[in-house]
Amino acid sequence: MPSLSPNIIGLLPEYILTITGVLIMLAEPCIKPSSSRKPLGWLAILGTIAAGVASGYQTLFASDHPLRAFSNTIQVDTFSIFFHLLIAAVVLVTLLGSMDYFEGNASHAGEYFALVLFGATGMMLMTCSVELLMVFIGLEISSISTYIMAGMRKGQGTASEASIKYFLLGSFATAFFLYGIALAFGATGSTSIAAIAAGLAATKTPLLALMALAMIIIGLGFKVSAAPFHVWTPDVYQGAPAPVVGLMSTAPKAAAFAVLLRITFSGFPGMQHRWSVLMWVLAALSMTVGNLGALLQRDVKRMLAYSSIAHAGYLLVAFTAFPQEGIAAACFYTATYAAMNVGAFAVITQVSGFNESTRSIEDYTGLALKRPVISAVFAFFLLSLIGIPFTGGFFGKFYVFSAAIGAGHVWLAVIGLFNSGVACFYYLRLLAAIYSRKQAAAHDVQPRSVSVPAAIGLTLAALATLILGILPGNVLEMAQYAGTSTMIENARQQCAAHPDNCQLQVKVDSH
Amino acid sequence: MSAEVPVAYYLVLAAILFSVGVAAFLIKRNVITIFMSIELMLNAVNLTFVAFSHMWHQIQGQIFVFFVMVVAAAEAAVGFAIIIAIFRTRQTLNVDQINLMKS
Repeated sequence: MPSLSPNIIGLLPEYILTITGVLIMLAEPCIKPSSSRKPLGWLAILGTIAAGVASGYQTLFASDHPLRAFSNTIQVDTFSIFFHLLIAAVVLVTLLGSMDYFEGNASHAGEYFALVLFGATGMMLMTCSVELLMVFIGLEISSISTYIMAGMRKGQGTASEASIKYFLLGSFATAFFLYGIALAFGATGSTSIAAIAAGLAATKTPLLALMALAMIIIGLGFKVSAAPFHVWTPDVYQGAPAPVVGLMSTAPKAAAFAVLLRITFSGFPGMQHRWSVLMWVLAALSMTVGNLGALLQRDVKRMLAYSSIAHAGYLLVAFTAFPQEGIAAACFYTATYAAMNVGAFAVITQVSGFNESTRSIEDYTGLALKRPVISAVFAFFLLSLIGIPFTGGFFGKFYVFSAAIGAGHVWLAVIGLFNSGVACFYYLRLLAAIYSRKQAAAHDVQPRSVSVPAAIGLTLAALATLILGILPGNVLEMAQYAGTSTMIENARQQCAAHPDNCQLQVKVDSH
Repeated sequence: MSAEVPVAYYLVLAAILFSVGVAAFLIKRNVITIFMSIELMLNAVNLTFVAFSHMWHQIQGQIFVFFVMVVAAAEAAVGFAIIIAIFRTRQTLNVDQINLMKS
């Protein structure tokens, strides 16, 4: 094996994505304005695949013990590789689905492809950083890219409105996140996650540390659109272009959840009895607000925005569980949610096109008659979002709720199951509209043909959802290993040092 | 004359600045003023970092401040571009009138 420096291997996927993005930015002005931007899209897809392969390559170095780089600010372990692969897959499906999206429209397709890659760089950086400074930089790289992408259809009022709302609330959240980091630095004298965990044991100001954690959770709560920090989500998802929504409802959320998992379970393990209460409340609120809000929506993208709030709630349930099961369940749920949600938005991209003529549930009436195949795929993703067995959504929910019940949070699981029942109603209403005979008079669905790359992307997402539903073993195993590889050791040590603070001691010791 | 201002004073000042920023973010109606209040919050964070950095005799906090400033500048560049885009399409910067998507 060539002895490459850990600084090269540790951030190899990020390097590849950055270089590809810069190449696209440089090539963009060299192509005639009238000609197609598709070659740039293929270059972006190539870069994404290369980054995914590079993440897989990292397992050779990080399987036994984590690979550390850049003075211990980067830690490559199974956890980070899991999320790297997840983000690469989401970006791949998004790029495939948006290859033809910008064709024939006066838009900036070249910049779009570059921004997607830059955003992915930031998200990947978030998942492998164990120093809050790096986390912050990754968060900002991903956020700033998505602010711009949300307003990609520049001429339209709704697009700019989505962009400004996302920008203002995103920056507001960042300020909270930063204030949390500053307070954590004040309480422990460090901004490295491991050093914070060590410093907490000796801190003279536990209240300050608690405030720090609360601020960090508020900041990341905005990013993952957990209620009550969800206010921006419906407007942004409704106004932003469909492929961008598919990306930003999955990949940055996955990255933010990865950071949240690392900070809570690895940085503040001794305070779990406190922050799990906070997570309990956030989860219950998000599930309820998301599902009840979705019932009232007529616009399909807005409805899926509320549905994504609800899914953030289901994911937060995993935070109330014991570290081992909780992290594994959260990782698995992130993967299933990403597969089905990016797929659902890829279908919307194909059905509604650049100008989004098909918006409300009425516009989808009779879709199955004109485009039976894509309707069937959409139906599959919607069934998975409900959580029907043999889809990824079912096992995702199953593991999350069983992890919560295992930790004694039966009521939270009951709230979650009630919510799943409510959720059936609005997904099935959309399904019923798609498969009903009555034709919408005003907006006839154009029988547009699906391009080859988009078809590949949809197939990938559908296959992923199906495989997670019938053969969840491999991914679950990797998720469990991800949980063990990084966090549990740290948490166990903390619990051993401070058994009073730790509700998990008995459970952890038994492993 | 070596009496030093206690760290707590800086922290309280920073907390007040941060709260003013949050309040202004929620109360103000002009997009640019809202953006200014975010900058105020970020600078409150910077002050906190510098104060703690001094307290712990560690350079980390001050390094963090540099990154926050750089990122804030990048964010401002993107933010004003978006504000120009919204002014071109809507001819207003009042957030109450930027409401095409109320259900």
